[in-house]
Amino acid sequence: MHWLQQLTNGLALGSIYALIALGYTMVYGVLRFINFAHSDVLMLGAFSAFYLAPKMEAIFGPQSAIGALVIIVLAAAICAAIGILIELLAYRPLRKRPKLTVLITAIGVSLFIEFTCQHGAVFGAATKPFPKLLPTRELHFAGIEMASNDLLVLVLTAVLLVAMWFIVQRTKMGMAIRAVSFNEQAASLMGVNVNRVISFTFGLGSALAAVAGIFYAMRAPGIEPLMGVQPGIRAFIAAVLGGIGNLPGAALGGLLLGVLETVAGGIPGVSNYRDGIAFAILILILIFRPAGLLGKAMIEKV
Amino acid sequence: MLELTDLTVGYGGITALHGISLKVEQGTIVTLIGANGAGKTTTLRAISGLVWAKGGRVTFEGEDITNQPPHKIVARGIAHSPEGRMVFANLTVHENLQMGAYLRSDKANFAKDLDFIFTIFPRLKERLQQTAGTLSGGEQQMLAIGRALMSKPKLLLLDEPSLGIAPLLTKTIFEQIVAINRDLKLTVLLIEQNANLALEISHYGYVLETGRIILQDAAAALRANPKVREAYLGG
Ligand SMILES: Nc1ncnc2c1ncn2[C@@H]1O[C@H](COP(=O)(O)OP(=O)(O)OP(=O)(O)O)[C@@H](O)[C@H]1O
Ligand SMILES: [Mg+2]
Repeated sequence: MHWLQQLTNGLALGSIYALIALGYTMVYGVLRFINFAHSDVLMLGAFSAFYLAPKMEAIFGPQSAIGALVIIVLAAAICAAIGILIELLAYRPLRKRPKLTVLITAIGVSLFIEFTCQHGAVFGAATKPFPKLLPTRELHFAGIEMASNDLLVLVLTAVLLVAMWFIVQRTKMGMAIRAVSFNEQAASLMGVNVNRVISFTFGLGSALAAVAGIFYAMRAPGIEPLMGVQPGIRAFIAAVLGGIGNLPGAALGGLLLGVLETVAGGIPGVSNYRDGIAFAILILILIFRPAGLLGKAMIEKV
Repeated sequence: MLELTDLTVGYGGITALHGISLKVEQGTIVTLIGANGAGKTTTLRAISGLVWAKGGRVTFEGEDITNQPPHKIVARGIAHSPEGRMVFANLTVHENLQMGAYLRSDKANFAKDLDFIFTIFPRLKERLQQTAGTLSGGEQQMLAIGRALMSKPKLLLLDEPSLGIAPLLTKTIFEQIVAINRDLKLTVLLIEQNANLALEISHYGYVLETGRIILQDAAAALRANPKVREAYLGG
């Protein structure tokens, strides 16, 4: 396959990883732990869309752009609420406990969601075909073939990344998030309600995960309760690769990993080792740049 | 304006404050002196809600504010420039000052107050777009005080503003504290290793020893007190 083709495919996949990685990295920024349940929020986003799709089709007609947009926005809102609830119920009571306690709780929350959803009374363990939210076309441009959905994912992700940058760098809430990330106590001395900032961060990260989950499902053969695990791990690697806690780093790490996976997948005999290669690269980078690609070792003057 | 009554604070097993009582009258500069580990920082942290008071009461303008969360206490008009400065190293100087004004809704006055901060600490103006982590220790201290002032507080809590700062700069900072107190009628509760300097600019002082207040008097009287001279003023 043409290398340019590989690159665009990789970027489409990578931008999804980037969206997920942002959630990991933002939560790490404010709470200093990895929210393992993040990958399950992604799955819940895809399932929200799955159940919303027929209802929206009834209102807006099949595969309408407005219907797809409404589905995405509603799924994001549902997942934002779920993310906020997870923090409130599972993590907040442990705020003052050692991080290991919280980390293990996060794994527990993740397993709880996965196995609950696998139950027949909830979603069931079987793979379900994901509804076609939009009409698909093959686009040809400069010798590259691209599914219209992939292009859409790429464009929407770029828009979301810019929006995220704007929120974090240019709004008051974003400034509060950065302040809390640096020093929670100092932020509270400025009048920041730290709990509210943490809730907002979970909500925002989870909404992005929902969008990513839907995009991922659009490319996948189907959806099932464990579907978040693989992209979740990749996005986690991406976040660490880029420098955990660093937003542009998460985006960069996601894109890199997506390209890498696509390229490796195209080489015969290598494709089976994709995850191994991803981890090997992560380890190599962490040896030479322990803070990740864009992470800075914070120097604190005393 | 501020009154602590029989305040007790502990960390885990150890008691840092054994029921201290003190008063800060409106418009005054009050200083709290004491050796390392006496509990000075703990006192300020209890006032601003960063640590939990086990017993006793903190009242501000006649209202009980004991154990309220920090963001609610700031909203009442108490600003705390903490030990170790704690400026947001990842934010620019300008953003740090904006954080100081976080709870204020009067956007119109922001520029005016910023200008006021620049008149007392001109250095900050030159560094406005720089990230705070790249400032020198003294500049960070100015920023910490400026940031606290941006909330337009009624009471300013200052924890060791001279720590790690050249004597000349310390002098500037102390002159500014006096000016702020005089011109803005801002009440100040000051903690300072350099007891001499602190008592010089204060109206009233308390001496803290291992979590208990052992002496209190007008600042001038404390400076003349032989016991204080021997223990805290270098004889
Ligand atoms: N987070 C903490 N955990 C446990 N003990 C603490 C903690 N903070 C302070 N202490 C203890 O409480 C006592 C009072 O500490 P505090 O920081 O208030 O002293 P200080 O008077 O400000 O001293 P310094 O002049 O060195 O700043 C000390 O014995 C100290 O060891
Ligand atoms: Mg101290």
